[in-house]
Amino acid sequence: MKQVPALKIDGITIGQSLAIIEYLEETRPTPRLLPQDPKKRAHVRMISDLIASGIQPLQNLSVLKQVGQEKQLSWAQQVISSGFNALERILQSTAGKYCVGDEVSMADLCLVPQVANADRYKVDLTPYPTISRINKSLLTLEAFQVSHPCRQPDTPPELRA
Amino acid sequence: MQAGKPILYSYFRSSCSWRVRIALALKSIDYEMVTVNLIKDGGQQFSEEFQALNPMKQVPALKIDGITIGQSLAIIEYLEETRPTPRLLPQDPKKRAHVRMISDLIASGIQPLQNLSVLKQVGQEKQLSWAQQVISSGFNALERILQSTAGKYCVGDEVSMADLCLVPQVANADRYKVDLTPYPTISRINKSLLTLEAFQVSHPCRQPDTPPELRA
Repeated sequence: MKQVPALKIDGITIGQSLAIIEYLEETRPTPRLLPQDPKKRAHVRMISDLIASGIQPLQNLSVLKQVGQEKQLSWAQQVISSGFNALERILQSTAGKYCVGDEVSMADLCLVPQVANADRYKVDLTPYPTISRINKSLLTLEAFQVSHPCRQPDTPPELRA
Repeated sequence: MQAGKPILYSYFRSSCSWRVRIALALKSIDYEMVTVNLIKDGGQQFSEEFQALNPMKQVPALKIDGITIGQSLAIIEYLEETRPTPRLLPQDPKKRAHVRMISDLIASGIQPLQNLSVLKQVGQEKQLSWAQQVISSGFNALERILQSTAGKYCVGDEVSMADLCLVPQVANADRYKVDLTPYPTISRINKSLLTLEAFQVSHPCRQPDTPPELRA
């Protein structure tokens, strides 16, 4: 796919972030990233897919190149706002402390990086209080901090935390 | 389980809706279909009524067991977990990873980049070349992946969620006149799948909302 991420694990290589996460969940099940109840699992996957299919691909690097430099910012803003409008509504019925109930799930793993993209493209988050609240809570957790783009081996000096 | 059949909100030509129609057919799940015309009246998916049902303003959406699920793969995984026979995901976690990887390659990496709303943004002049480029790029990657995963179908010899994603995407490729010669594995698998009844009854040319000129 000529894309990241790819995970080499247990003798195979898996592309596609959600396929990787589901494999980790099935082979290293603790702590859970998907609830036990099938209906809650459906909500987790729906939110994850909303972001991973419905927002991110439309504003990733290769698409923005195609759109052209002049239109990039407005395109990214429009795509993210459109998706966040839908997500904010869905969260009204699914969210507790986090995206689905009170346990961190795969949906939360998708939310935080997408909010970071929203910030990067200067999307106004005022219309999305639930998204903002959940994002803020998640960023206090260690896993979300150690994995942050500003703390990676390849983070350029000017962006390093 | 709640009494009353599941309700699928579908558009005949929506490749994402087709994936779910195939799953429902394979699992012999009886359901009602409510068609949503994505073009008529400025797009019926934008009606207040439909938005309340699915804030994504997209098809497919499935009303089942007292909940409404959007996103085709989330729907299919729910069906798999609650109506597990016949399987749409293999038992082995590594094979399941391959199925999900291929499904996501199509459902995140190709289809969204050539769906109706993006093509509108791209503008009429550039639509065809944009769609062709997006599909070819994705199919290049998929053809390579299939070299190591495919048997009779995308992953081994059993029909899986990956196959449900493949056939509708090949139909889109045909629609946008993508040359499939560079993708012999994709073509072979697509051809085999189309002989199966579930892929035929769910076909866009046989739906309640198929226009007369496109009807089989």
